[in-house]
Amino acid sequence: MIEIENITKRYGAVTVVNDVSLVVQPRTITVIVGTSGSGKTTLMRMINRLVEPTAGVIKLDGEDNRTLPGYELRRRIGYAIQGHGLFPHRTVAQNIAVVPELLGWDKAKIDARVRELLALFQLDPETFGPRYPHELSGGQQQRIGVARALAAEPNVLLMDEPFGALDPVIRSKAQEDLLAIQKRFGTTIILVTHDMEEAIHLGHKIAVMDGGNLLQYATPAEILANPATDFVATLVGTGDRPFRFLSLSPAGDAVEPGTAEGEAIPASATQRDALAELLWSGRPALPVVNEAGKAIGRVTVDGLVKRASRPAA
Amino acid sequence: MRLDKLGVAIALIAGYAVAAAPFATFRANRIVAGEPQTLLAALPSWAGPTLLAVIAAAVLIGLFRTPSTLRLAASFAALAALLLLIGTAADHLTPPGNTYARVSPASGFWLLLFAFALLAADALTRLRPTPPFRILVLVLAGAFLGFVLFTGSWDKLSILKEYSARADSFWAEASKHVTLALGSLAAAVIVGIPLGVLCHRVQKLRAVVLNVLNIVQTIPSIALFGILIAPLGWIAAHVPGAAEIGIKGIGMAPAFVALFLYSLLPVVANTVVGLAGVPPQANDAARGVGMTEWQRLFRVEFPLAFPVILTGVRIVLVQNIGLATIAALIGGGGFGVFVFQGIGQTAMDLVLLGAVPTVLLAFAAAIILDAAVELSSPFHSRTSA
Repeated sequence: MIEIENITKRYGAVTVVNDVSLVVQPRTITVIVGTSGSGKTTLMRMINRLVEPTAGVIKLDGEDNRTLPGYELRRRIGYAIQGHGLFPHRTVAQNIAVVPELLGWDKAKIDARVRELLALFQLDPETFGPRYPHELSGGQQQRIGVARALAAEPNVLLMDEPFGALDPVIRSKAQEDLLAIQKRFGTTIILVTHDMEEAIHLGHKIAVMDGGNLLQYATPAEILANPATDFVATLVGTGDRPFRFLSLSPAGDAVEPGTAEGEAIPASATQRDALAELLWSGRPALPVVNEAGKAIGRVTVDGLVKRASRPAA
Repeated sequence: MRLDKLGVAIALIAGYAVAAAPFATFRANRIVAGEPQTLLAALPSWAGPTLLAVIAAAVLIGLFRTPSTLRLAASFAALAALLLLIGTAADHLTPPGNTYARVSPASGFWLLLFAFALLAADALTRLRPTPPFRILVLVLAGAFLGFVLFTGSWDKLSILKEYSARADSFWAEASKHVTLALGSLAAAVIVGIPLGVLCHRVQKLRAVVLNVLNIVQTIPSIALFGILIAPLGWIAAHVPGAAEIGIKGIGMAPAFVALFLYSLLPVVANTVVGLAGVPPQANDAARGVGMTEWQRLFRVEFPLAFPVILTGVRIVLVQNIGLATIAALIGGGGFGVFVFQGIGQTAMDLVLLGAVPTVLLAFAAAIILDAAVELSSPFHSRTSA
């Protein structure tokens, strides 16, 4: 658990983060969204004390984060940044090994961990381990950046616009990978982005920041349904709101009894994908199948349209 | 076949050198005016046409667009022939039993040497040799030079006659020269790199330090020696033990201090530039993964700045090898001793005895450090981002 209590950061007369308080539950993904200059990166960097707050306290699992020297704290917290930040003079394997080395792991354990992480990110350890970062594609560099952040098995992972430099196709693949890894290790992730779409897709909770203030801290559904201010509403985008809302739940949750003709959709697909398929194929209903491929019912245009409407407050 | 531009220039230089310039100079003793000798006159009857044939072949190969390896082989063959046969010219021109007569290479020889060195350098550049290969070429060239000297085929050349009269002092001055150049470099590295790090971290200090060092760099070396005499003399007289370790107003100490001061600017400036060139993301990541400030300096900043810092060291070393010549003016020793003695006696051969080793030393240092700079940046080609 990460407790941020009345955190303020000022640079001279300029207040970058103004009295922000929020609690991040363990094993969840929290996304901090805001435009540039909103203070979102500064807020995140105060968690691992790359920036020292002017006032306020941040507690990790109940312990003030100033009890350890900054560098020791940072070795226990994963850190991944935009444009990957890999060390250009070190090989991929050496880059991943950097935190375990700082922590003084023995060599065999480090080697095993590097191989494990490379395999986890679908990169062959023999091929990619000895390469230098400049020999990799953008997507591969990004994966190594995340692998390095995870190397010492941190409970908390901070990510600053980690997918900002990727093209859309690789970006959505990287997002899926991150969700899978979070599920697998149960890491508490705090991710900073300016992209509300990404925030809704990845976050269990979303913190919206503007001008150093925390405007709203809530689940994606709550933010879509009841944006706290006009600024939050603008970020959500009124035109896309119903579709974003549908994207939060799987098609399986909208299943109605009955059958339908044509190609089926898996229950794990989002309701947004289901509606898109219905509209595009011109059908009134789609069969839904479970993981085993067995039909469990159907979703209908009418049913989904009802679900896309604003929930009662 | 199409003509090669550089080949045309080389052909013109070589043509002039063979047709119009003297190949060697014969003098009755070491200070009288010489009699210029053409290539064919300077060499024994078998050697002259042989050398002409080698030169003509190499010029032809250079003139047209031929493969670089062939050009390299041709230029090396021409250089080897020139260097071997100039010794023969000395044997040929010196009357038997005459120990006063001097034979030295003349402008034609130097022009031919220059022309084919140019051809060799151009061919080597086109071949894009790897650093180890360049070092190998240097070692082979050094071995060739050593072989020629060892076999004594240059013994009758005037420069080696000057050498044999001063063999002992030659090596003593050589070691002083190297000590001055390398010692002041080492001192500049020891002081300059930490100073550069400090300048990088403390913005305000940067402008002050770099400006002061810039001003030092503009002081002419002779003036700097003069400026140093008073303070070093004072230190020798007043600081206990200073005189015992060799500190005094003239001699090695002021030369060392002057070279050190000249060396500081390239070392400090390149350290600052190198550190400034470290990608900000790498620095942020270094902090973010939990490196201490020292760990970040030694594990991220220095390795990434190293090629640039090493380039500064290369500049300093080559500069110092040349500048150390001046040290002789204030009794600091080094190859400059022969240069200034030679000028004093109007004995050009003696000047060459000081100048040629200096040039060769600087040249070798440049090649070795260039190779080291290239080897130190294997991650340099940041093509894909």
